[in-house]
Amino acid sequence: MTTWIAIALTAIGAYVVKLLGLSVPAGLLERPTVRRLAALVPVALLAALTAVQTFSTGRHLVVDARAAGLAAALVALLLRAPFLVIVGAAVVVTALVRHVAG
Amino acid sequence: MNAPAPPLDDPPAAAAAKPRSAVVRDALGVGIAVGLSGFAFGATAAGDGISVPQACVLSLLVFTGASQFALVGALGVGAAPLAAATGAFFLSVRNAFYGLRLSQLLRLPTTVRPLAAQWVIDETTAVTLAQPDTATARLGFTVTGATLYVLWNATTLLGALGASALGDPAAWGLDAAGPAVFLALLAPMVRVGGRERATAAVAVVAVLVCVPLLPAGVPILVAALAAPAVLLVRRDRRERGDAR
Repeated sequence: MTTWIAIALTAIGAYVVKLLGLSVPAGLLERPTVRRLAALVPVALLAALTAVQTFSTGRHLVVDARAAGLAAALVALLLRAPFLVIVGAAVVVTALVRHVAG
Repeated sequence: MNAPAPPLDDPPAAAAAKPRSAVVRDALGVGIAVGLSGFAFGATAAGDGISVPQACVLSLLVFTGASQFALVGALGVGAAPLAAATGAFFLSVRNAFYGLRLSQLLRLPTTVRPLAAQWVIDETTAVTLAQPDTATARLGFTVTGATLYVLWNATTLLGALGASALGDPAAWGLDAAGPAVFLALLAPMVRVGGRERATAAVAVVAVLVCVPLLPAGVPILVAALAAPAVLLVRRDRRERGDAR
């Protein structure tokens, strides 16, 4: 149930934001500070999400097979691999490390 | 979705009289390439304990990739609904700024706006902004939006079903898909400049310090404060520099 609540909140929020952009007069959101913040907040969130989903389990910091998977994704990224190859590299390497170690 | 868009074939300047077929080709290319990423979302959602119907509803109604990945990731580690939804919401705010640009280009009638709004995302914006006039902009937006919406939802379903059938997602390494997606989305942003790199670094440190101290989902919100913090520090420095 709580999952459905989170889904509903996210769906409403995401849609309102999209419609707002199409509907409001341009001047309202065009202030330089607002625009800079809007560009920078996703950077902070994505970096934090990457770190937290790689190096934590619950409320504990850990270094496990996912770190190897993320390293593989980074290599694929630097080699300019397509999006799905980057994700695939992380999944395959994480699974391999787990099977070898476990 | 929200993946780095493939480069478009024609630079906008050289496309003063761009044929409709070229617009459709560009739009289909982006729509198909990114639409297939729904597999990754469906599989990640299943790995985070999200049911198949829930994953499908997310793709149908939220339809902005980074927010969807963030939400299922937060729910997967047991975040409260409001904390999880707030993180996802912050990630979708940029779509409002895309909408501003698009409304000037597309000149949509008021009745169409509520429908078109659902397709205002990274990829449709990238394709639409590359078009030289209103007609080709509308064509690019519609073809990219339709292709991406259909494929993203179909592959979400298949990815979720496939991952559910596999049993324990962690045994297949699927729990590493989420962070890899975030890294791939982050990469083009941090290449922009020092302010972006500083923000990313501060956010990583902040979130890892907060994980043992705060309830799930909250550390991400604290890390979001890296953005205003870096802006403030940079402005201070610039003002001091100007005074000299």
